[in-house]
Amino acid sequence: MMRLTLKIWRQENATAKGSLQTYSLDGVSPDMSFLEMMDVLNEQLMEQGIDPVAFDHDCREGVCGSCSMFINGEAHGPDRLVTTCQLHMRKFKDGDTIHIEPFRAQPFPVIKDLVVDRTSFDRIQHAGGFISVNTSGNTQDANAIPIEKADADKAFDAATCIGCGACVATCKNASAMLFVSAKVSQYALLPQGQVEATDRVLNMVKQMDEEGFGNCTNTGACEVECPKGISLENIARMNREYLSANVKG
Amino acid sequence: MTKLNAHIPEGPLADKWTTHKNNIRLVSPANKRQIDVIVVGTGLAGGSAAATLAELGYNVKAFCFQDSPRRAHSIAAQGGINAAKNYQGDGDSIHRLFYDTVKGGDYRSREANVHRLAEVSTNIIDQCVAQGVPFARDYGGLLDNRSFGGVLVSRTFYAKGQTGQQLLLGAYSAMNRQIGRGKIKMYSRHEMLDLVKVDGKARGIITRNLITGEIERHAAHAVVIASGGYGNLFYLSTNAMGSNVTAAWKIHKQGAYFANPCFTQIHPTCIPVSGDHQSKLTLMSESLRNDGRIWVPKKKEDAKAIRDGRLKPTDLAEEDRDYYLERRYPAFGNLVPRDVASRAAKERCDEGFGVNKTGEAVFLDFAAAIDRYGKEKAHVKGLDENDSELVETLGKDVIKAKYGNLFQMYEKIVDQNPYETPMMIYPAVHYTMGGVWVDYNLMTTIPGCFAIGEANFSDHGANRLGASALMQGLADGYFVLPYTIGDYLADDIRTGKISTDSPEFDAAEQSVRSQIDAFITNKGTKTVDYFHRKLGKIIWNKCGMSRNKKQLEEAIAEVKALREEFYRDVFVPGTANSFNEPLAKALRVADFLELGELFAKDALERSESCGGHFREESQTPEGEALRDDDNFTFVSAWEHKGEPSKAKLHKEALTYENIELKTRSYK
Repeated sequence: MMRLTLKIWRQENATAKGSLQTYSLDGVSPDMSFLEMMDVLNEQLMEQGIDPVAFDHDCREGVCGSCSMFINGEAHGPDRLVTTCQLHMRKFKDGDTIHIEPFRAQPFPVIKDLVVDRTSFDRIQHAGGFISVNTSGNTQDANAIPIEKADADKAFDAATCIGCGACVATCKNASAMLFVSAKVSQYALLPQGQVEATDRVLNMVKQMDEEGFGNCTNTGACEVECPKGISLENIARMNREYLSANVKG
Repeated sequence: MTKLNAHIPEGPLADKWTTHKNNIRLVSPANKRQIDVIVVGTGLAGGSAAATLAELGYNVKAFCFQDSPRRAHSIAAQGGINAAKNYQGDGDSIHRLFYDTVKGGDYRSREANVHRLAEVSTNIIDQCVAQGVPFARDYGGLLDNRSFGGVLVSRTFYAKGQTGQQLLLGAYSAMNRQIGRGKIKMYSRHEMLDLVKVDGKARGIITRNLITGEIERHAAHAVVIASGGYGNLFYLSTNAMGSNVTAAWKIHKQGAYFANPCFTQIHPTCIPVSGDHQSKLTLMSESLRNDGRIWVPKKKEDAKAIRDGRLKPTDLAEEDRDYYLERRYPAFGNLVPRDVASRAAKERCDEGFGVNKTGEAVFLDFAAAIDRYGKEKAHVKGLDENDSELVETLGKDVIKAKYGNLFQMYEKIVDQNPYETPMMIYPAVHYTMGGVWVDYNLMTTIPGCFAIGEANFSDHGANRLGASALMQGLADGYFVLPYTIGDYLADDIRTGKISTDSPEFDAAEQSVRSQIDAFITNKGTKTVDYFHRKLGKIIWNKCGMSRNKKQLEEAIAEVKALREEFYRDVFVPGTANSFNEPLAKALRVADFLELGELFAKDALERSESCGGHFREESQTPEGEALRDDDNFTFVSAWEHKGEPSKAKLHKEALTYENIELKTRSYK
């Protein structure tokens, strides 16, 4: 069992001023997930009459993309290729002090404590993250167009982005290029995505800029911190798509 | 006892859906623009329904409690989606998918609904591919398939271990297109807290904005509930933390019958509970049973030695292991349906053969598969098949390519390497076949209120086959509801906008506000989770994988007592007008505390065993589930009468004209 000191960002609401508060927590088992440790803390806080720490979480198996904690200066904490919910306390030591902050970026305003508003990501998807096909039931047979396995696999790898925002929180410029390029790449690699390719990349990039995300300066930190291992190659692919769209457009 | 009418169309089974579509009433494009539809939930069913209704021209308002529709729990489905494409040429057909589903459900589902599901399954794959869903493909560029439990063909389409994610993101993209066009108005971080009926018809909902706490009124001509299942009744399940029954329960209390509440799927391969702090359970995909062999030690003393850490499972000789599924079910072996596999694991653990600290785990072992694949690879490469080290390395590579992400997930959680030592698994609550009763049009017993996906009861009977939940969610949302809802809405083309300024809306809003105020001012001594955990324990211990009369009666009394204690002593911190997760949770747990009682009552009433519902009083000498077709070939549909104990049972008789009722055998 471990004893920890937690320094957690507390902020009442979007307009309030926030600060780091210190709590100590006993009896943390190494088998707990990071969020289960937070559950225990919250039970303790409520017993003491303190408002529990608000944080986003849902599936707790690393795929919904809800959880979003900046732990000791890293998005989703010290382990690689995991979300906060899959991070386990065995990665920490008895007596550790852990800093826990929200994913910070101007387009991710804080709602409360560790909860941020990531609807800017949704709005980028509304601008072009789709293929315009109606659900009439009359689409052609699924095997009518063979797709080279290598392309299908790369499209899948890009499509596994969970939209958590770790890339943005990690980037010194708060750039959303890894997130946007994952969706652009998925469709760019598939024949179905070709028809709207020009409009898609132009519209999504335009929306990304309007939301206030910064530019990419090829640091590559996003790729390192991405819990799903989304590759920087996608950014290169989006840049090519964007360039040729501009030439065409 | 009222007779329930499911409005199943006349005619031969294979023609029913086509005939129905031909005869159903339509709403013209111009009139669709005048009609509003509310969709609650944005998983596979709700997301696909919202997108399709908007494409058709209706004005859609969609609601989810998550911060984005992309996070609905359909995202976590791993293994795959079934469709009767017969791309493998292994004898699959619509009829076979229909037959397997009815048999898998232990003959407690509706023939006509299941046949329609099998018919539209092929459209789903076409649709998803057109949307850019990146399914797994073979080297020829065509779609690949795998096998799932309870069937003898390969009809499961998949995208590695993230099929649900890819399908949900497909539905999300279809929604995004309509949100961009202004045809869907999306309300995320909103929870539905009541249904509003006007003149007996569903005409709107009351919601709470989870950021500001604001109570809102939303009106529409029809309300579609797509809020998923209620597995979190058990506290520990593979459901997401936020998954809840509230939307479905609120409509039940307003007059929608709730069907077969006790039909729950307990999935055999989940990571076992590690301690009291456990907040949820993680599934290991059924696809692992394609290659993993399930076993426990033959001797109790060996099991004890493994539990105490004195013996390593890899050191136990082959002849001292009991591959109990292969022993009991030689025909299907490790790929028996989920209910059968779960019960068999429980039986061994109850007998004292469990292999982890708590005694509630069995092994899922890949050593034989690693050896088999390794030898194959060595042979293909012209290397020495007798070099055991080489064979092991090659075999592990094959397993990694197939199940790498699942093995990584297991290692992160359990801190053991499943390539070196067998996985430990145990059954966990995963899916609920029961749900809101609907007719063939997917309409509940409240006119204008529909239920789709896991929220309804319609297609899986008493046990769902693997890879069929995704199929049903998308079938309902893309291809069934968008047709059938028109039949109802055709009467509403002259109704005009529904106003939220009415006594019905006033009353509904008032009741929501007073419920919230009661929680905030209660100032009890115990947290919401205390009650939820306790409820989960009662249901798991007394209404879990096996059930008997005495325990069910105890459960009914205990849940009732717990509910009373909850209202007396629950502590909800904070205010009503703010982001307040404990408050949101209290509102959900309040509904679970009512459902739990009805759940046990339903299980008590059905004194036969069928599918996932195992009554100890009704079993064969070999311990298999024993159905009682003479007395229980019906759907139990419960009508709310003030409180769960007074719920009134209605029976929808199930008739089988195309399938002969047989004892389900996987031996």
